Amino acid sequence: MSNDTHNHSHSHSHGGAHALPFWRKYIFSTDHKTIGLQYGITAIFFLLFGFGLMLLMRWQLAYPKQAIPLIGKLFTEDGVLSPELYNQFGAMHGTIMVFLGVVPLAVGAFGNYLVPLQVGAQDMAFPKLNMLSYWAYFCGGVVMLGSFFSPNGAAASGWTSYPPLAVVADNGQSLWLIGMVFLITSSLLGSVNTIVTAIQLRVKGLSFMRWPIFVWAQVTTAFLLLLAFPPLEAAGVLQLMDRIAGTSFFLPSGLVVSGEALKVSGGGNPILWQHLFWFLAHPEVYVLILPAVGIVGEIIAVNTKKPLYGYKTLVYSLVFLGFMSFIVWAHHMFMTGMGVTMSTFFQATTMIISVPSVIILTTYLLTLWGASITYTVPMLFATAFLPMFAIGGLTGLPLGLTASDIHLHDTYYVIGHFHYVVAPGTLFALMAGVYFWYPKITGRFMSDTLGKIHFWLSVIAINGVFMPMFFMGMAGVSRRLYDQTIYAHGAAAQPLNVIMSVSAWILAVAQLPFLYNMATSWKTGKKVDSNNPWGGTTLEWAASSPPPHENFPTPVEVYRAPYEYSPNKKLLPQFVQEA
Amino acid sequence: MSALIPYIDEPHPVTGVTNAKLGIWLFLASEVMLFGALFSTLIIMRSSATDWPAHGSDVLNVPLATLNTVFLIASSVTIVLSWAALKMKDLKKFKLNMGLTILLSFGFLVIKYIEYSSKFHHEHFPSTSTFYAVYFTLTGLHGLHVVGGIIANSYLLGPGSKMWFTEPERFTGRIECAGLYWHFVDLVWIFLFPALYLL
Amino acid sequence: MSHGEMTVEEVKKHIKKYYVVFGALLCLTIVTVGISYLHLPTLQAIILAMAVASMKGGLVAAYFMHLIDEKKIIYSMLWLTLVLFAFCMLIPLFTLHGSFN
Repeated sequence: MSNDTHNHSHSHSHGGAHALPFWRKYIFSTDHKTIGLQYGITAIFFLLFGFGLMLLMRWQLAYPKQAIPLIGKLFTEDGVLSPELYNQFGAMHGTIMVFLGVVPLAVGAFGNYLVPLQVGAQDMAFPKLNMLSYWAYFCGGVVMLGSFFSPNGAAASGWTSYPPLAVVADNGQSLWLIGMVFLITSSLLGSVNTIVTAIQLRVKGLSFMRWPIFVWAQVTTAFLLLLAFPPLEAAGVLQLMDRIAGTSFFLPSGLVVSGEALKVSGGGNPILWQHLFWFLAHPEVYVLILPAVGIVGEIIAVNTKKPLYGYKTLVYSLVFLGFMSFIVWAHHMFMTGMGVTMSTFFQATTMIISVPSVIILTTYLLTLWGASITYTVPMLFATAFLPMFAIGGLTGLPLGLTASDIHLHDTYYVIGHFHYVVAPGTLFALMAGVYFWYPKITGRFMSDTLGKIHFWLSVIAINGVFMPMFFMGMAGVSRRLYDQTIYAHGAAAQPLNVIMSVSAWILAVAQLPFLYNMATSWKTGKKVDSNNPWGGTTLEWAASSPPPHENFPTPVEVYRAPYEYSPNKKLLPQFVQEA
Repeated sequence: MSALIPYIDEPHPVTGVTNAKLGIWLFLASEVMLFGALFSTLIIMRSSATDWPAHGSDVLNVPLATLNTVFLIASSVTIVLSWAALKMKDLKKFKLNMGLTILLSFGFLVIKYIEYSSKFHHEHFPSTSTFYAVYFTLTGLHGLHVVGGIIANSYLLGPGSKMWFTEPERFTGRIECAGLYWHFVDLVWIFLFPALYLL
Repeated sequence: MSHGEMTVEEVKKHIKKYYVVFGALLCLTIVTVGISYLHLPTLQAIILAMAVASMKGGLVAAYFMHLIDEKKIIYSMLWLTLVLFAFCMLIPLFTLHGSFN
């Protein structure tokens, strides 16, 4: 069918392309694939930007109060990263990586591009809304970036923006809040679109239990965004009121700032912000990880040519994980003195939520068991995801137990735990996804050699960055120090900082082959010989590469569950009728 | 292009709803969470505030707010009647009822304006006390929702109504969605009114 | 209910219902304002006011928003929202419990 469809779709796509002017086709496009790519390119820019901020901070951490070589003078007069800038970079690194980098890439780019394809739809259910969500995201990004150029710089109260600090902070914080309102709006519109598309636009035969695991992950994620983000939006509005209208939602009475009593009515509650913030931000962690879990599932199935072990268990675990993520938020707040009853409740839910996570990892491991694995570049990243995510997950348990959290809270241990989940976890999965679907998006493969260089350098360097954090955290070093050598216990752990920083810089260099590969393979990569170069079973492989404007010129239908490879590795895609 | 997307004017055979209807309900679900967080805030502020008025009626104008409640309830009725008019293929009656809905919503905003300006006149601002902070923030956000509803409904009454002649089913669906949103705005007020004015 | 194939008679029946609900909502508004003038003790006043508000809200949701006869998919989604809404409404408990403990 491939030749026939290919020719047909080619003429079709060209017909559509010439009908639209450039700005409608590439800038204000309503095509889910163009929007997906817009999300992807913008998100990669922000990921590199946020990473860049951290590379500068890592110089200060490794060599405190020494001038940054070569580029230091761009930031301050003496080339030393000032404490003010350090705080801004820290806050914005977190914000940019989470809200402008990983989520837009995982949900905006991959979700937009693949969900309609995998359910066999022509486009998203609401194409104009889709365009609007991208541009809301774009505006949010512009506001966040612009805040660096405001008189006192960007927000500097951490990505969590805890009051009272955030309320009495400089104006960058107001811009942060306004930027967040844009980003939240974008996420809400996007998640409505994803859910409606996946549910309503399924082709004939695609029942829920035949959804690819990636679609399940995206829909669960969309529900998390839809229902967890509004409380943060409310909290953002309240904090903006505190900052602009002089209210005291988060300001207790009797607050003294810089030796002067603050002239506000008082009576507010700073803990309320933490509750509202983490009501979003804990589900947000699962927003970061679930799409990655979906991508890894797809890649493992295709590269082992085996059905995913326990597909149903996997689906139930994903959904249960999503639901449970709503009722664990206060484990971020054990140190606020919320009392034994509350702590015990959230400790219990936190232990419960680790069960579905372990089930998901186990099903993937059991899929690998006994398989003859094809180690393509995406598969390398997908396999590396498993132990990395496991380290990230398991190191979370001591933080979820109230007793051990007392020691580890707010130390580098927390940073290590969280980054193992999102950096070698989610980001590796997203890179795997780029390598995996690149042939579908462009019709060409990315270079294998460059991909392998990228993988091996990254996997070694990234462990060099985050593994020492566990040791530093257990040594009791706070995560918020500008210069830890002023304390004896910090000075003792300082050599670890040098290892981490050097690893981070190597990690940055390791991304160059990836970026080069992505940019040049577009024109020079090896061409795909069919619609289904990896031998996948899901619907996106029925479309030509790249898919034409409306994806499927001839209607497709689904005849079976995904990942039905027969024992002799014969391909049984969802879209082919004969067994 | 949009013509290719199925189930924009007819319900999906399995789920039984159109895309827009599922979409608007999802959106309302997120709105429920938004106002849930705000009501949570109200409860916290009230339980820990030192100078919360014993009765909202001591500081707020209950008769005006009652009138506003009646306005919103009436507008909820007129918007559902405008939808029913379309079901009976009566565009004139639709326009009459939708016009009334918009008129009533403007009435709501005018009264809100009178209330706000009398508060400002007496030097009561959001920064005055916790009570006023909650009052202005919650009614303000609700007011923004009313403004949003007026914009959407005006579009549907004016330029948007041309769709009736080309895709009547889809247009009726749009009115149903606009109605659902508007009822939700009414619903929020039904809880805000006693919480702020009567307790 | 897919209101797709409703006859004129059915629509007229619906319209009658809307007027009845309108009347009920007006009565309940009078009731809730009336109760507030009794100046009951705070707890009783809150419970009564919220009970009346819930009745009004229920009427709007059931009849105006047609939730009394809706599709399963909408119900399941709303149940999920309601459960999470309930968790959200527990935040005051957690917050205050924390600050006074």
